[in-house]
Parts: sequence; structure tokens; C-alpha cells
Amino acid sequence: MSKRPFPVEAGHVLTFARSIGDENPVYRDVDYAKDKGFANIIAPPTFTQGAAHFDEEYPGRPQPGQPWIGSGATPTGVVDDGSTNQGTEMHAEQHFEYHRPVMVGDVLTTTTREGETWTKESKRAGTLTFTERIFDYTDQTGALVLTVREVAVRTENPVEG
Amino acid sequence: MGSASTNSSWSVGATKSDVLVKELTRAQIVMYAGASGDYIPLHTDEVYAKEVAGYPSVFAHGMLTMGLAGVLLTDWFGDGTLRTFGGRFRNQVWPGDTLTGHAEIVAVTSVEENGATIEIVEATLDVVNQDGAVVFQATASAAPALS
Repeated sequence: MSKRPFPVEAGHVLTFARSIGDENPVYRDVDYAKDKGFANIIAPPTFTQGAAHFDEEYPGRPQPGQPWIGSGATPTGVVDDGSTNQGTEMHAEQHFEYHRPVMVGDVLTTTTREGETWTKESKRAGTLTFTERIFDYTDQTGALVLTVREVAVRTENPVEG
Repeated sequence: MGSASTNSSWSVGATKSDVLVKELTRAQIVMYAGASGDYIPLHTDEVYAKEVAGYPSVFAHGMLTMGLAGVLLTDWFGDGTLRTFGGRFRNQVWPGDTLTGHAEIVAVTSVEENGATIEIVEATLDVVNQDGAVVFQATASAAPALS
């Protein structure tokens, strides 16, 4: 179990809403949001994915001075020593349970718990390994704002949709 | 059937279908990477996705598809009204894909909450691509009266 703070900022909510093509002013205009009865700009339902920015050890982001799996001078910056398989880790499921909308000005605390792990055989992708993680987001008063359950799947072989 | 007005009562069987994205661009996938903080090269790096991972191109984050799908729900049920939203990613989403969401109300229940009676609406939501393949299959519930 790990805990870390996640400050909810207006610019982050704006860029997140744009990235999902949502032009709703409730995600960028504080006066509009207040007219709708909210204390501040609210965040779109899936916004807490952006918590990755506040995870210092998040592996899906290049770190200065560290090798990166993606391309640069070569197609991958990580030497294949044969220990990595050619499978892929992908997102299988995502479930949100909300107690109130996330708002600009919130300082959420993310608490991560490990869930279940299970396997399944697939004809096209080999053995599938499912891993579940649960994220509880509490606010500055300690109240639970939302809970997220995420299931990732690692395939044995690459798969195409 | 189109979207219901927030003033009318919600009925089982009511549907809403929206085009969620037309011909998804690589730039939008990059925008989502920046906003979410997920820069995994399968989504952001065409060279890596093709030459190292063996895919035909980069593909969208599952959570970009879920984010796009959420817009249909918040447009329909109102801002900040969702109680639950969850689903399974069924197929990958590629640059150039056009995604359409089809939502249907499957239950409407009245519950007592903090001394008031509110309506909880439950819906299914399928997201399909231009070939009719389901890429994301979700359920959601909302309390539209609260907005």
C-alpha cells in the first residue's frame, strides 16, 4: 500500500477535458461551474488517471538520465537481453465509484491497494495474466471522493485488435 | 430516441447514441498521453510500436476511449452526476478509427438519501468502431436530479 498527494489544478483539468474532446465549460469556467451549483470547476469522470503525474516512480514516463523503452537513436532505448517477452501489458477493465465530483482545489490522497491476480488461456495471445489494483482517493478533509478498480492484463504474445 | 430533458423523468429503454470521435488522430492520442501522464510508447511512439512491439501502428490508451465514452454520459445525465462508471476494453482503438457510443437506460429506481427521494438511473454503454466491433463495454449509474 502506498500513499501520495494529488493536487487538482485548473490547467490540468482543462488539458484533460480537451484531450477527451469535451468542450463543456464546467471543466474550465469557474463562473459557469458556480452557476451550475458547484463550488469550483469540476473534473471529468475519468480525470483521476492524471494522478500518474504525481507518482514519482511512475514507469510510463521517461525519467531524466534513465534508459527509456521507446525510440530515440534506436527503435528502443532498452537493450533486449532476452529476458523480456514479446507480450504486452494492457488495460482490461476500469471501474469508478464516485461519492462526489473531483474539483479544482482538492488535494486528493491516493491510496493504492493490490487486488487479486488470476490467469486465463487465450488462443490468440497465449496465457493471460490479470492483475487488479484498487485506488482510494480521499480529500483534504479525509472523506472518500472516489474508488477506482483497475484490471491490467499481460499477454504472452502480441495481439492485434 | 434522443436524449431526455433533465426535467422529465427517466425511463427504461431510453437511448442515446453519439459519435465520440471521428477518425481519431495520433495527435489526440498524444494529447491524452500528456494529460493523463501515460507516455507508454505503444501509444506515443510509432517507431517503437511497429518495429519493437510488432503492432501496425500506435494505438489509443483504453482510458482515452473510456474518457470519450464518459462525455456521452455527462452530456446525457448532467455534470457531476455519475455514481458509478465501469467497463471492459474489448478491442484496441487505432488512429483513423471512428467511435460511436450507444447508451440505454436499463433501470430507474427511487432511493432515499439524506432525507430526500432521488432517482438513480442505470445504463449500459457500448462503444463500437466503424466496422461495428465493440471496443468498450460499460455500465454506469447516475443521480441526474442532483445537478
